[in-house]
Amino acid sequence: MTMLPAAAEKKLGLVIDLDTCVGCHACVVNCKEWNTGGYGTALSDQDPYGADPSGAWLNRIHTFEAGSGADARTVHFPKSCLHCEDAPCVTVCPTGASYKRAADGIVLVDEEMCIGCGLCAWACPYGAREMDAAAGVMKKCTLCVDRVYNETLEEVDRVPACVRTCPANARHFGDLADPKSAVSKLVAKRGGIDLMPEQGTKPVNKYLPPRQAAQLPAPPEPKRHDGESTAGATGFFAWVDAALDAMG
Amino acid sequence: MRWADVVYPAYSIIIFTTLSGAGFGLMALIGLGIGGSGPHPLAAPALAGGLVVAGLIASTSHLGHPERAWRALGQWRSSWLSREGVLTLAALLAFAVHMAIIVYGHGGGMVSGLVVAVLALSTVYATAMIYASLATVAQWKTPLTPLVYIAFALAGGLLAGAALSAAGIAPSLPVILAAMAMLAIAWALKMAWWRRAATARSASTPETATGLGGFGAVRLLERPHWQENYLTREMGYRVARKHAARLKVIAMLAGAALPFLALLFAFAYPFSPLTAGILTLGFIAHLFGVLVERWLFFAEAKHTMMLYYGAATA
Repeated sequence: MTMLPAAAEKKLGLVIDLDTCVGCHACVVNCKEWNTGGYGTALSDQDPYGADPSGAWLNRIHTFEAGSGADARTVHFPKSCLHCEDAPCVTVCPTGASYKRAADGIVLVDEEMCIGCGLCAWACPYGAREMDAAAGVMKKCTLCVDRVYNETLEEVDRVPACVRTCPANARHFGDLADPKSAVSKLVAKRGGIDLMPEQGTKPVNKYLPPRQAAQLPAPPEPKRHDGESTAGATGFFAWVDAALDAMG
Repeated sequence: MRWADVVYPAYSIIIFTTLSGAGFGLMALIGLGIGGSGPHPLAAPALAGGLVVAGLIASTSHLGHPERAWRALGQWRSSWLSREGVLTLAALLAFAVHMAIIVYGHGGGMVSGLVVAVLALSTVYATAMIYASLATVAQWKTPLTPLVYIAFALAGGLLAGAALSAAGIAPSLPVILAAMAMLAIAWALKMAWWRRAATARSASTPETATGLGGFGAVRLLERPHWQENYLTREMGYRVARKHAARLKVIAMLAGAALPFLALLFAFAYPFSPLTAGILTLGFIAHLFGVLVERWLFFAEAKHTMMLYYGAATA
């Protein structure tokens, strides 16, 4: 059923902090790792060890340069499905395979229904959907729907794989419909933005723009490590230190 | 062979829109009682139905799962692709009923013919709207897109009708004149479409795509990977774009000039033994010209997604 739900009760999504993303691609790899054995068919690769490898990935890191001179930035830019409220990929689907869940707003593909026509990928302005060349069905971020409600996992693991693995804590997961949620507060505090707002898709995922240097909290004074200082020694060595000092 | 190699780029879609467009054009004309004459009463209906069905078969070959194609009939409330499927079946069904009335009935067929014409042209409209409704491709999102598709369908149908009538007793003068007029209209619309496409730009830019415009101009430093992926192969092809000017000349020579010369010949020498053959060649040249035009239609599309892969505009 490809009509969009009137309003999703929850808006589960990601908040991505462009200030802290270091571009390590760990989220990309863990996404592939989890999702090749999770929801739907495996995420296939073609010629993975050859000269021209290719494959279906649900999350990719692009790297941009913005501005020029002293204010110029290099920004690592993770991109996956934004789970749009007004998702054009859903309404163009001729079969009803592409749908948005009313309960939590997650956009999914029913792979048993998908005919692999590719129109949803053409309708998505973000390039968030990729056809699986082996399975012939469309693949996209599931927001790890098979993790976030999975009570067989430890509670700390009930977040999307990309969020769980990010070593820089640049990825956050939560309900963006609830103004009291941690992610909503973070978006409010940091002025989170929509990608391509002019496309009218109303993405749920938000991006936190990098801050200017003046906006950042002052870094703590670095701890000095003087190789010869014995200040802070405790126990036996403190006694030896003091005893040897006393010998003059 | 990889599945992706077979479908890239979507040649089957290009063949489908060309063949079924001409087929639905001829079908609409038969419904309106124009261009139905030929060497055999069923020659024109067979050609119309044959072109549509051949196009349909071609179109299913770009699917990852052609055996599930029937599922595409379900979502006509929101999807132009689904509407196209439903209208195609409705048009073919109405056409079969109409032909039965014409062949076995005693008179009648006015209403059923009108229904056939409306359904056939609505199907071409739905095909065009699949592309014209996408906000991601600024070159496509214009009312000119469905106008061009419908005009080419009618021009192709009239050319086929002219060739069929010449293969019968004699070429139909009104059909020849109508075909000339429709060719001129179709290519005038296409030139307007090309003129608009040359400057049409999406409101989306690298700055809006990343939200980094506050720092100044935004440019891609690194793609996520060195090789092409499904997206850049499907939506970023460059060969046709590189030769766009040359391909436009080829499209117009084959799609406009040759069929127009064939029609002029038929107009001047309606009873020449060569007329039917020359009009047939004119029709085939037209199909080839439209095929090149459709290839350009897809190749010249600049998708907003490419802003994440280094495009400066979309």
